[in-house]
Amino acid sequence: MPRPKLAVWKFTSCDGCQLTLLDCEDELLGLAGQVEIAHFLEASRAVSPGPYDISLVEGSVSTPDEAERIRHIREVSRTLVVIGACATSGGIQALRNFADVAEFRSIVYATPHHVRTLARSTPISAHVPVDFELRGCPIDKHQLLEVRTAFLVGREPNIPRHSVCFECKARGATCVMAADGIPCLGPVTQAGCGAICPAFRRGCFGCFGPVDSPADAAVNVAALADRLRAMGMSEDDIVRVFRTFNAAAPAFADATGGVR
Amino acid sequence: MAPDTTTTSVIDVSALGILVTTLQRRGFTVIGPTVRDGAIVLAELTSADELPFGTGVRLDGGRYRLRARDDRAAFGHAAGPQSWKTYLHPARERLWSAPRDGSAAPEPSGTPRSMVSTGASTEPETYPASGMSTEQRPRYAFLGVRPCDLRAIGILDRVLAGGAHPDAAYQTRRDGILVIAVECTEPGETCFCTSMGAGPGADDGFDLALTELIDDDGGHHFTVRIGTEADADLLRDLPHECADAATRERSAQAVADAANNMGRTMETAGLRELMVRNRNSTHWDDVASRCLTCGNCTMVCPTCFCTTTEDVTDLTGEHAERWRRWDSCFDLDFSYIHGGSVRTSTASRYRQWATHKLSTWHDQFGSSGCVGCGRCIAWCPVGIDLTAEVAALRAAEEGSP
Repeated sequence: MPRPKLAVWKFTSCDGCQLTLLDCEDELLGLAGQVEIAHFLEASRAVSPGPYDISLVEGSVSTPDEAERIRHIREVSRTLVVIGACATSGGIQALRNFADVAEFRSIVYATPHHVRTLARSTPISAHVPVDFELRGCPIDKHQLLEVRTAFLVGREPNIPRHSVCFECKARGATCVMAADGIPCLGPVTQAGCGAICPAFRRGCFGCFGPVDSPADAAVNVAALADRLRAMGMSEDDIVRVFRTFNAAAPAFADATGGVR
Repeated sequence: MAPDTTTTSVIDVSALGILVTTLQRRGFTVIGPTVRDGAIVLAELTSADELPFGTGVRLDGGRYRLRARDDRAAFGHAAGPQSWKTYLHPARERLWSAPRDGSAAPEPSGTPRSMVSTGASTEPETYPASGMSTEQRPRYAFLGVRPCDLRAIGILDRVLAGGAHPDAAYQTRRDGILVIAVECTEPGETCFCTSMGAGPGADDGFDLALTELIDDDGGHHFTVRIGTEADADLLRDLPHECADAATRERSAQAVADAANNMGRTMETAGLRELMVRNRNSTHWDDVASRCLTCGNCTMVCPTCFCTTTEDVTDLTGEHAERWRRWDSCFDLDFSYIHGGSVRTSTASRYRQWATHKLSTWHDQFGSSGCVGCGRCIAWCPVGIDLTAEVAALRAAEEGSP
């Protein structure tokens, strides 16, 4: 039986999530034995034609060309898994969604008319159906292996949809909000990183985005913002903590006044 | 020789050091309170010097701060971020592992961890449960169990080890644990164990119960009572003498004073019925406007025991493992059944937790699920206060015609 074909695609991104795949050093050989790595430009120039069994897509859609390319990739992929904050929420480049891109372009570039960019940076799911969204900036290596393994054997990936606090408490870390008065986005941020920052007595930065929940049960970001305010954070700073890697994720964007 | 449970002894603070080394010599891993990361946590103690001498706490909704005490008290602090559940009912535990080809029967947990489970790469190993020989398994001595937590351990025992289907992994860990309680003489601002009938004195469920006494001249002693099931030899290695009537009286008074010094209260008269009557109260929406559904209250609660299981396979798909981890009624997937989650709204999730804890727990397990330790108040990131929410339900009823 031929090995399943794996493809890795890059859109607007920093490549960090692809690097997470390359960072699976101990597991890479085993992985290469099980799947044919058919398209992964960051690892090899050798490319095999599609269709592909699993496509991993990194990055957001931020140019007209990307909006076309993702449709093609969807067509040649049996399973489409999007990885990282850019692909799942638009990434840090979605800060443009709160501003006027034409204005930026006119100021930053000498010849702005050469720059073909969209007014908004959007997640892959805004353009094509996706089979699974893996959060993180960057993604967690173990979660990536879990998703890959699950899709290969045909089972549901084991990726919890709850707050970072679950992982923080499970590892026995002391809450930095309660014990140190440090602002922390952990209570409204999706788990997956293992609560790294709180374990080192830093507040959570929200790299994994708002806790994945249906629209009618959206995570209560406004209540956390109220608490941050009560802890003495200024309105500008509250906007800044939510406008990072997942700025355009609806639950975070709504808490900062919404997109333009 | 049966233990003499009628005599109260008195030991000097220096005997704590002897107690810890004696327990270690007898093969116990001693777990107790110690200062780490800005809190008084529960951790393995290598010596009694690691106890939080002279450290107290200041608590409020969503707020926990260490403070320097005027004295050298070792147990002058309220409940910290963890409870003994961490050791009795760990956050993650492997239930079994098995090869795909059926070449070997599924192995229970306790064998070396052979694969990485999902999620955090940095999570600590949990203590293996069953399947490990007695020699390998740590045998714990819990030092400094507060009466509220003593009651909580009793509740976990009933929930997990009682009934028709006891949890073997829990029982295996629980058996042989030595419990040294320290009665509470200084409750925190979020404490309400008196309301819940769960403290501040220790009635049973301990091997030794200490009460800390600090004299005006700096003398530092503990009165010691021995539990009904305890090993009578426990006190033998400690320099001790019989407590005189005045010392016994002082010790009892310190605990009685603590009972009147709780930072919070909860009216328990008719509480079960109150919760049931208020299923459709609009107050749940008010709580929901503040609640983050982060699950902290359930994870710090010493009696919240809910878990879920996760099946994982390794890269090759040749090995499978089943893990059990803490879950929470605040997790959307907790109530996931065919077709979706039953409790999606925040109001329904908070109501479930509070109602189970204070009302339906009685129906299920014959007691309240709350011991008044106050952890859910202090460690809620937004300071939601269970005692205040219950009072609000009551006030709304009394205010209505």
